[in-house]
Amino acid sequence: MEARHESPAHKHAADHGHGHAHHEPGFLEKYIFSTDHKTIGLQYAVTALFFLMFGFTLMMMMRWQLAYPGVPMPLIGGLLGEARMPGGVMTPDFYNELGAMHGTIMVFLGVVPLGVGGFGNYVLPLQIGAKDMAFPRLNMISYQFFFVGGVMMMATFFMPGGAAQSGWTSYPPLSDINPGQTGWIVSMIFIITSSLLGAINFIVTTIQLRTKGMSFWRFPFFVWAQFVTSFLLLLAFPPLEVGAFLQLMDRVAGSSFFLPSGLVVSGQILPVAGGGNPLLWQHLFWFLAHPEVYVLILPAMGIVAEVLTNNTRKPLWGYTAMVYSIIFLGFMSFIVWAHHMFMTGMGSGIAAFFQTTTMIISVPSVVILAALFLSLWGGSIRFTTPMLFALAFLPMFGIGGLTGLPLGLTSSDIQLHDTYYVIGHFHYVVAPGTVMAFFAGLYYWFPKATGRKMSETLGKAHFWLTFICMNGVFMPMFWLGLAGVSRRLYDGGASYAHAQHVLWLNGVSSWSAWIMGAAQLLFIFNFFWSMRRGEKVDRNPWNATTLEWEAPSPPPHGNFVKDVVVYRGPYDYSPRGYSSDFRPQAQEA
Amino acid sequence: MSAELIPYITEARPDTGLTNGKIGIWCFLASEVMLFGAFFASYIVLRTSAVEWPHGSSILNVPLATVNTVVLISSSVTMVMAWASLMRNDLSKYRLFLGLTVMFGFCFLGIKTVEYSAKFEHGLLPSTNNFMAIYFIMTGLHGLHVIGGMIVNAYFLFAAPSYWEHDRELLANRVENSGLFWHFVDLVWIFLFPILYLL
Repeated sequence: MEARHESPAHKHAADHGHGHAHHEPGFLEKYIFSTDHKTIGLQYAVTALFFLMFGFTLMMMMRWQLAYPGVPMPLIGGLLGEARMPGGVMTPDFYNELGAMHGTIMVFLGVVPLGVGGFGNYVLPLQIGAKDMAFPRLNMISYQFFFVGGVMMMATFFMPGGAAQSGWTSYPPLSDINPGQTGWIVSMIFIITSSLLGAINFIVTTIQLRTKGMSFWRFPFFVWAQFVTSFLLLLAFPPLEVGAFLQLMDRVAGSSFFLPSGLVVSGQILPVAGGGNPLLWQHLFWFLAHPEVYVLILPAMGIVAEVLTNNTRKPLWGYTAMVYSIIFLGFMSFIVWAHHMFMTGMGSGIAAFFQTTTMIISVPSVVILAALFLSLWGGSIRFTTPMLFALAFLPMFGIGGLTGLPLGLTSSDIQLHDTYYVIGHFHYVVAPGTVMAFFAGLYYWFPKATGRKMSETLGKAHFWLTFICMNGVFMPMFWLGLAGVSRRLYDGGASYAHAQHVLWLNGVSSWSAWIMGAAQLLFIFNFFWSMRRGEKVDRNPWNATTLEWEAPSPPPHGNFVKDVVVYRGPYDYSPRGYSSDFRPQAQEA
Repeated sequence: MSAELIPYITEARPDTGLTNGKIGIWCFLASEVMLFGAFFASYIVLRTSAVEWPHGSSILNVPLATVNTVVLISSSVTMVMAWASLMRNDLSKYRLFLGLTVMFGFCFLGIKTVEYSAKFEHGLLPSTNNFMAIYFIMTGLHGLHVIGGMIVNAYFLFAAPSYWEHDRELLANRVENSGLFWHFVDLVWIFLFPILYLL
């Protein structure tokens, strides 16, 4: 839809007869209003990394309150104002703000924009041999929506009433009544719009802009992962948008979609018409938020598959089975959502249905994980930094997945629901799982984007500190949860007589979090230092087979120097009777 | 920039037989189906869990809504005629029919305004009860879609001469896509009308 609306600058370039080769874009056009998928990918990635660090900082503050309830916070305790931290001690309301915003930021402003917006935008067009996304201007607009939504979300901290306090799940009636929620909803509408536009762009690009010879069965697994993810975003986000509109009406226009009749708040019956259904929000929310879990994990699986094959120098084990699994996974993720709601009083028949689908969806996940493990068998593994992170993903995601099974079965969920066990479970999937994979991807594709490698020494130090501390943060939560500590406690369980013997684990968890936070400084330093001083590399430093390595590092506008043609599948490592241990997809037979 | 970098804007990709825009608009419509689908599902949940639910025709104006249904269906017909005129290389007829489509859109919104203001005058607001609330949010969002479709159509009405000079096929493709959206908006109303006004 783009060709008609050329900007004057581009018209000028076209007049030269050589297109953009002679056209030097200005700063704004090059970095802020760029329609180049690589610039937009980097914009997404950098913004998302900032949000991840910000969201993590909120959590590091909460961890002080959990480990040392009521003790004034050192260093920054006095800086945040008497209203939120009188005497350096966090108020319960501020704790709730931090909790809600940590979840929202990490999921919607951190992990998804990095995995889909960042890696997807940068790598997917390169891997299918496209020169750009199908709708470049739409791509730019989708980043801008995301950016505005993110800034608005941050700004809610400074609005009257503060930021949202009802958790990232925003369950009504609480969220209909609590302050701060309206800003959350409006920001979410922006973020949802951004995701929808992005998803359409990804699907069209993948189907239409494949280069010659790039059939679907020659896609790198990363492309499949992004393709399925895009369908999840496209079809799962609209119901949440509906939920957001209904909640906005409840808050602004006085309707009662989620407010039952006769609701008593602070001893007073709420003066609304009533007759609404709070459970409706939970259905609308989880209809998005369960597929969203797979939006978080599928790009990570794609990255791991790329890094793993490249560093074992072997083809991916069971590529076909993995592709069918990921498609099935995407499909099934739409019919498991109510396993988040076993304790809300749904009928046991419905619970049995969702328990069954939940058990079924674990099968394709296990197929993918098993295939990744088997890909290691008999390989001569190069332990590079990206490979270490990719290897760490396997057991971490395994722990996250397996600890989810007791939560998917109704009878054991009764014991575990709303305890720290749940927090441990989903963080093992998303934090040690997805975040590990993202680091693998950052170290792996950094040379492509900058033409320089990141320092291996700093990278390995960063890996080991992160890996050990990550487990230190989340492993204790399983014990806390099994001991019955609720996830919603402001004092970390200090008021629970039955939990006194496990409370020391809060300290383990908190100190691990703070050390891990410090370890990320290594990454930040490495990132900026390597951009200028890192070892210079050619276009294919890892001896990889996929198409992104055919382009120069960094790829110019239009990506490839000449048109690439694909002759074979994605992972032709160590082919028999061939002179080198890898045969690129674009290598003529 | 784009014409050199991005193929299949005007001509279809041989193996898929589709242009980029065509797949894009169908993906967009798929997400729209989920959007309105979730609204209809919410309607069902709210209605079945409500103690009492008014009969739509006792509150809302059925004759006006019937007229509006006819107006929207007519606009879909003129939309197709506009596209067909383009395919027959008849610019003046294209402009006539697309102009009619936009005019029907105004007509629909005008009638909707009359309906809304009558409700406001009688003190029927989203806070009155959940029937009124879901009526306002569903028809309001549908109205926004009508406005969106009208803006796109008006653009293709006024930008048509310059398209006509440069790339007729591109104009036809885009009007077809805009038409797909317009028919979808029409279709949503076909569902809204019975569940809100008649049932």
